[in-house]
Amino acid sequence: MNPFSLVRLSTLSEVSARMAQAPETRRLRAGGIDLIDRLKEGLEAPDELVELRAVAGDDGARMTGLAERKGGWSIGSLVTLAQLASFADFARPFAAIREAAASAATPGIRNAATAGGNLLQRPRCWYYRHVDLICLKKGGAQCFALTGDNRYHAILGGGPSFIVHPSTLALALLAHDASVVVFSPKGERTIAIADLFVPPSVDPSREHALAPGDIMVTIELPPASAAQRSTYLAVKEKQSHDWPLGEVAVRASVTGGKLSGVRVALGHVAPIPWRSGEAEAVLEGQAPSAELFARAAQAALSKAKPLEHNGYKIPLVEGLLRQALHSICEVPLPE
Amino acid sequence: MASSTLTRRGLLRGVGTATVVTSCVRKPNDGKSDHPPITNVHTPAEIGPEPTSVSFTLDGKPAIVQVEPRVTLLEALRLDLDVTGPKLVCDRGACGACTVMVDGVPRNACMMLAHDVAGANVTTVAALGTPEALSELQAAFVRHDALQCGFCTSGMLVSCAALLQRRGPTRNKLTAEEVEDAIAGNLCRCGTYPHVVAAVLETAGAPPPTSRRGEA
Repeated sequence: MNPFSLVRLSTLSEVSARMAQAPETRRLRAGGIDLIDRLKEGLEAPDELVELRAVAGDDGARMTGLAERKGGWSIGSLVTLAQLASFADFARPFAAIREAAASAATPGIRNAATAGGNLLQRPRCWYYRHVDLICLKKGGAQCFALTGDNRYHAILGGGPSFIVHPSTLALALLAHDASVVVFSPKGERTIAIADLFVPPSVDPSREHALAPGDIMVTIELPPASAAQRSTYLAVKEKQSHDWPLGEVAVRASVTGGKLSGVRVALGHVAPIPWRSGEAEAVLEGQAPSAELFARAAQAALSKAKPLEHNGYKIPLVEGLLRQALHSICEVPLPE
Repeated sequence: MASSTLTRRGLLRGVGTATVVTSCVRKPNDGKSDHPPITNVHTPAEIGPEPTSVSFTLDGKPAIVQVEPRVTLLEALRLDLDVTGPKLVCDRGACGACTVMVDGVPRNACMMLAHDVAGANVTTVAALGTPEALSELQAAFVRHDALQCGFCTSGMLVSCAALLQRRGPTRNKLTAEEVEDAIAGNLCRCGTYPHVVAAVLETAGAPPPTSRRGEA
């Protein structure tokens, strides 16, 4: 790592002003897991790390708090994945949040990594992470995944970059219609989680919509009825410390024998956490059944365009989605 | 439990820093998560880029190092303090060989900065026992042949010791699955996992493993 200073400021206004001043030479640091990785790889060499953990007072408390709010939850951006994974009060309606947090990384990493950092981490693409390769994301002319070893890359929404979005927590939050509260010198604003992520067709150089000086304060989960169920499932090459080959988060309520409020989110298939309107349209208002779930899974991947080495993701994610739907609707899996 | 951890942390921070506002340390939730929150730093400061001193408690004794902010906790331990129990292997938080406890919580020392532990309580494998007087857990590792090449062992022991500590009086209810989850970040290329699980369960006074996960 190149030399840098650690800057600890106690208010959000000071942190925000500092970051807005010279964003190219400064980085915000929360748990620091992805940041330290990028610094060690030599991808970035900032002069200053501005530490979010130093924010004190009410703002500090909001950023580290986990508070119930009118049946929903306010999750501080500095809450660790370990805290989320073991948070007993996320009852069945919010199970996917806990399951996604528990699935990410390893116990040691989850003790440090934060919810906000998980959402805003940079891609894990091996071309992006290679210091000697100036890929499209780093201002180069091409995405090497298009013709290279693309076994872990996008099958949906790809182009001109074919990364897959690395955030596991984002998927569960997308399925729960979460939003993030962002501080800026002009005041606080709320951004729907779906609008936080920037597809490469809009701007391949970044994955999120926050500007220098914007600071994520909390993540808001809207209230849920007692009938709501959600779950998160992933397939990895290794059960622990590995990135998913594919993952799904689903949320729905079953009332009067019909599905309502259905959300289907697919991960590690697209450059952004991917919401499948096609699958939701098949499921909404229908009576749960194995046949319905199979149709929804097919619809979810109907627009997939696999690259040379990642066609396996289609049946894999179809299967995961069916399994998740069977699980939350308590419909036995077919033999 | 979360509140008592926080209080202890606040006090410990006072040892290592000139000014500390313990009243700022807030209870982060109702304690319903059994994991403590992120460690706050409540001393406004600009540190570095030149070396500055950082003091903390290391294996029960006061320690002080003069390091740049870019120095990781693992580098400070191994190179500045000659504490070589935590191993440098992947240097990216992927293998767990550098696992230490920071205020009782297992952390990858390679992914932390030395300045992160100002005032904190850092525990390495060296504090668990000595070659002459092994801890209960270490003795169980030996009995169960829970190591082969030994390179992952110091990190593995710290993760397991932290689990036993965290479970406290309910440790005799530990299951094989919980132990497997606790060591899910400790990579053992010799494949000693089943023996590690058996050693931890025996130390905890819990029933021995019956079948491995994934087997009926």
